[in-house]
Amino acid sequence: MLEIKDMVVAYGRVNAVKGITFTVEKGQVVTLLGTNGAGKSTTLRAISGLLKLVSGSITFEGERIDGIPAHKIVERGIAQSPEGRRLFRKMSVEDNLKLGAFSRKDSSGVKADMQKVYDLFPVLGERRHQPSGLFSGGEQQMLAIGRAMMSNPKLLMLDEPSMGLSPIMTQTIMRTIRELQSDGVTILLVEQNASAALSLADRGYVLEVGQIMFSDTGKALLGDDRVKRAYLGAD
Amino acid sequence: MDLFWQQLINGLSLGALYALIAVGYTVVYGIVQLINFAHGEIFMVGAFGAFATWVVLGSPKQLSWQAAIFGVLPAMILGGMIASVAVALLTERLAYRPLRDAPRLAPLITAIGISVFLQEFVRLFFGDIPGMPDSKRAIPFPTITGISGEAWHLGNVTIQLSSVFTIGALAICTVFLWFYVNRTKTGRAMIATSQDPSTARLMGINVDRVIMSAFAVGAALAAVAGVAHGLRYGNIDFRMGFLAGLKAFTAAVLGGIGNINGAVVGGLVLGVVESMATTFIPGQFGSPAWKDVWAFVLLILVLVFRPQGLLGSKGVDRA
Repeated sequence: MLEIKDMVVAYGRVNAVKGITFTVEKGQVVTLLGTNGAGKSTTLRAISGLLKLVSGSITFEGERIDGIPAHKIVERGIAQSPEGRRLFRKMSVEDNLKLGAFSRKDSSGVKADMQKVYDLFPVLGERRHQPSGLFSGGEQQMLAIGRAMMSNPKLLMLDEPSMGLSPIMTQTIMRTIRELQSDGVTILLVEQNASAALSLADRGYVLEVGQIMFSDTGKALLGDDRVKRAYLGAD
Repeated sequence: MDLFWQQLINGLSLGALYALIAVGYTVVYGIVQLINFAHGEIFMVGAFGAFATWVVLGSPKQLSWQAAIFGVLPAMILGGMIASVAVALLTERLAYRPLRDAPRLAPLITAIGISVFLQEFVRLFFGDIPGMPDSKRAIPFPTITGISGEAWHLGNVTIQLSSVFTIGALAICTVFLWFYVNRTKTGRAMIATSQDPSTARLMGINVDRVIMSAFAVGAALAAVAGVAHGLRYGNIDFRMGFLAGLKAFTAAVLGGIGNINGAVVGGLVLGVVESMATTFIPGQFGSPAWKDVWAFVLLILVLVFRPQGLLGSKGVDRA
C-alpha cells in the first residue's frame, strides 16, 4: 500500500533521514522504532508532504505521492496524528474533529464518523463543546487520534501516541489502535514505548540516525536481543 | 457639549476609515506574521480603481440620488475591490510567497519595496491609461449625489453623509467578516492556519489558498476605505496610502495585531483620540498640526503599558 524507497530528507544541509526503504502492507500495523533523532517523525512528516525529499520516492497505492502538497495527500487517504498532539487548543472538541474532516464533502459520512469517535472515546462526546486545551494528556491524545480518523483515512500515521501517558492510558490507546486495525485501517505507528508497539505490530523497523538497521515481525523483534538491549530495558 | 458630540462623530468616521484599512494588516499578520507595509498602497489602488470605474461608466454627473447611490457607487466600490484584490494577490504570489520560509526581515523589506513601487507605478502610469487624468497631482474624486457635500443636522451637531457612509460601511463589513471567519469553511481554515499552519496542512487545508483569501479580504475592505476616503476628502492621490496605512497599522497594533475585533476597536479609538486631541488639548499642542503626534503618542503608550494591544493579539481569533 505504501512504499518508501531510498528516501533522503534533510533539514537545511543535515540529512535527517539517510536513504530508507520500507513498505506498509494493507491492513497491517507497522511500527518504526528508534531513539530521539533517529528520523521517525521526519519520515512521517515527509510522507504527509510537510517535508520535501532530497531523493528517493514515496508510492501510495501505486502512485508517486512525493512532491504533492500536504493537503492533497490527506485527500488521497493518508492522515497523521502528529507528535505532541498539536490540537487547536482554543477550539472545542467538535471543531477540532470538524477540521480533521476538512477535506471531505460527504456531510452525512462526517457526522457518522464523528459519532464513531465519540463511541470510541466517550469522554470526548461528553465534553464536545469544551476547548481542547483544558483536557488531560490522555484525553488530548484521544482527540488527536480521533481528529486524524475524521478524514476517514486508508492509512493512519500515529506519532508517539503514548507520549506522556500513564500505563493505563497507554493500554487504552493501544487497544484503540487494534480496534482501528480490525476496522480495516492500515496503521503506521511511531513509538518510543517499544514493547507496547511491538506487541501489536505486524512488522517493525528499527531506525538509528536516519537509517534502518534491521526489521522483522513484531513478535520476532520483541524477542530480539538487540531490541531488548536498546529499547526494552533488558541487559 | 455640542462640540464633544461633534468631535465624537468626526472621530468615529475617521476611525471607521482607519478600521477598514486596519483589518487588512491584522488578518494578514494573523496568518503569516507579516506586517504588509504595502497595504496602504492597496487602499490607494482601491481608490484609483473606483475612480477608473467611474470614468469607464462615462464619468456620469448630475445623477439622481437613486442612480448615484444604488448604481454608480456600488459599481465604483466593486471596481475598486477588483483592482485592489488583484494587486494584493499579485504581490502575494510574486513577492511574498517566494519568501515564505525566508527570515522575517526579508518579506518586511520587500513590503516596503512594494509600497514604493505601487506609489510610483500609479504616479507614472495611471495617466497613460486612455481616458484617465494625470495622476502626478491630486485627482478630484467623483461626487455622489445624495452623499457628497450633504449633511444631517441634529441640533448643533453636523453629520456629513460621507461619515455616515464610512461608519455604515464599517458596520456592514464587520458583520460580513464575522460571518466569513466564524461561519464558513474558509473562515475555519483561517483560524486553524493562524493557530498552527503545519497542523492545518495535515488537516487537508490548502494553506496557500487561506493566505490568498486573507490578502483578498483585507484588500476588499481597503477598497471600501478608498472610496470612503474619496467621498470624505473629495480627492485622491498616489501618496494617500502612506499616512493612512501608517495610521491603520497603528490602529491594528493598538487593538492587538492579529485580532480582527481589535482592528475595528483600535481604528475607532485612534480616530476619536485624534479628533478629541485637536479640540480639547489647549494651546498650540491642540492644533490640527499635532493630531498625528497624538496618534503616535497613543501608540507609544499602548506599546509601553499594554504591548499586546487593547483586545490582545494572537492569531485571527473569533472575529
